[in-house]
Amino acid sequence: MDMETSRRGVLKCLGVGAGTLFTLNSGIFTANALGQTSTANAGIPLFLQISDTHIGFNKDANPDVIGTLNKTIDLVNAMPHQPAFLIHTGDVTHLSKAEQFDTANQLLSRLQVGELHVVPGEHDVTDGPGTEFFARFGKASDNRGYYSFDRAGVHFIALVNVMHFESGGLGALGADQMDWLKKDLAGRSASQPIVVFAHMPLWTIYAPWGWGTTESAELASLLKRFGSVTVLNGHIHQIVQKVEGNITFHTARSTAYPQPLAGVGPGPGPLKVATDMLPKMLGVTSVSVERSSAFQLSDTTLA
Amino acid sequence: MNIQPRPVRAALLCALLALMPALAHADGQIVMKNFSYSPMELSVAAGSTVTWKNLDGEPHTVVSLDGQFRSQALDENDTFSFKFDKPGTYKYICSIHPQMKGTITVK
Repeated sequence: MDMETSRRGVLKCLGVGAGTLFTLNSGIFTANALGQTSTANAGIPLFLQISDTHIGFNKDANPDVIGTLNKTIDLVNAMPHQPAFLIHTGDVTHLSKAEQFDTANQLLSRLQVGELHVVPGEHDVTDGPGTEFFARFGKASDNRGYYSFDRAGVHFIALVNVMHFESGGLGALGADQMDWLKKDLAGRSASQPIVVFAHMPLWTIYAPWGWGTTESAELASLLKRFGSVTVLNGHIHQIVQKVEGNITFHTARSTAYPQPLAGVGPGPGPLKVATDMLPKMLGVTSVSVERSSAFQLSDTTLA
Repeated sequence: MNIQPRPVRAALLCALLALMPALAHADGQIVMKNFSYSPMELSVAAGSTVTWKNLDGEPHTVVSLDGQFRSQALDENDTFSFKFDKPGTYKYICSIHPQMKGTITVK
């Protein structure tokens, strides 16, 4: 497919709405097919989320993960309003190899959005300390991986839950990071919107497959006093969402390959689907802020 | 007493000697299949080498919980070996799928 055809496909996809638009108002999530809602109301996206690019993966579930990431980048570059920045919720690479990180960086540099925030997935730190990951993405956090920043009045918190597995099964943040988070949130106005992002789900989706985080209850209790909290994760290569009080949890699709529904089959491995189905199961999440700090999450697939 | 001819006895002795290291260090094999280690628990003699092989399409690792050994990410059909010199109990997980757990007991 040439670039122009691909771009038309992307625009068609955005216009016709092969995705779902999620509107959050006062803690209530409503979902609409994209085509059924006026996109004029969608607002200018504040940021976009991509996830699980798995550069280096080459099995049947998607032999061309570079191609699907390129399509995703085309889709983002073709958006009428470019977001302020982009977050990548981890598993940039499949096997933490230097050349896989280099390829990913080369591809992502084609984004018109200049600002990129990246948290590691477990596939990015298989060496233990995450040497290759932090050599490229460690600067923002002084090589800790977790950090926070403010944009448009919103407080963004990047967390790392893929480097402490001693507690067994689930992802974990660890004591140092929890202490840092408490300090980061202390004294902050409850009216400030909060966006938290990390690779593995920060709430328990399916414990037998490790789809959760050990400190999820403690994390929720730290966040519940805030009026608007959005928690964005990757890892499971499909959309799962939950609203609990003022906290909205949302996982993103992968740009590389889908995974099975929780508990279906022997484990959370790549899911082989029909070739024409694949682009419908890959995609990107767009987040915009409306008046009164209501967030809109909009998921768009590649086809 | 049944005394065998000398060449036969020598051959038997050679065969026995050749077998002995294998008996003393019965090297262990573990496969990673369907997101679990098989066998999950393995006992070997001190000095044995254990080899893990990943048969899944998804990569796995072999990471000791007390930091004694750690594989790289093993793609399909990749292997990792570690020689266990000291008796003890060694628990390990896959750092990509931490629900995968195994134990090596070295006697």
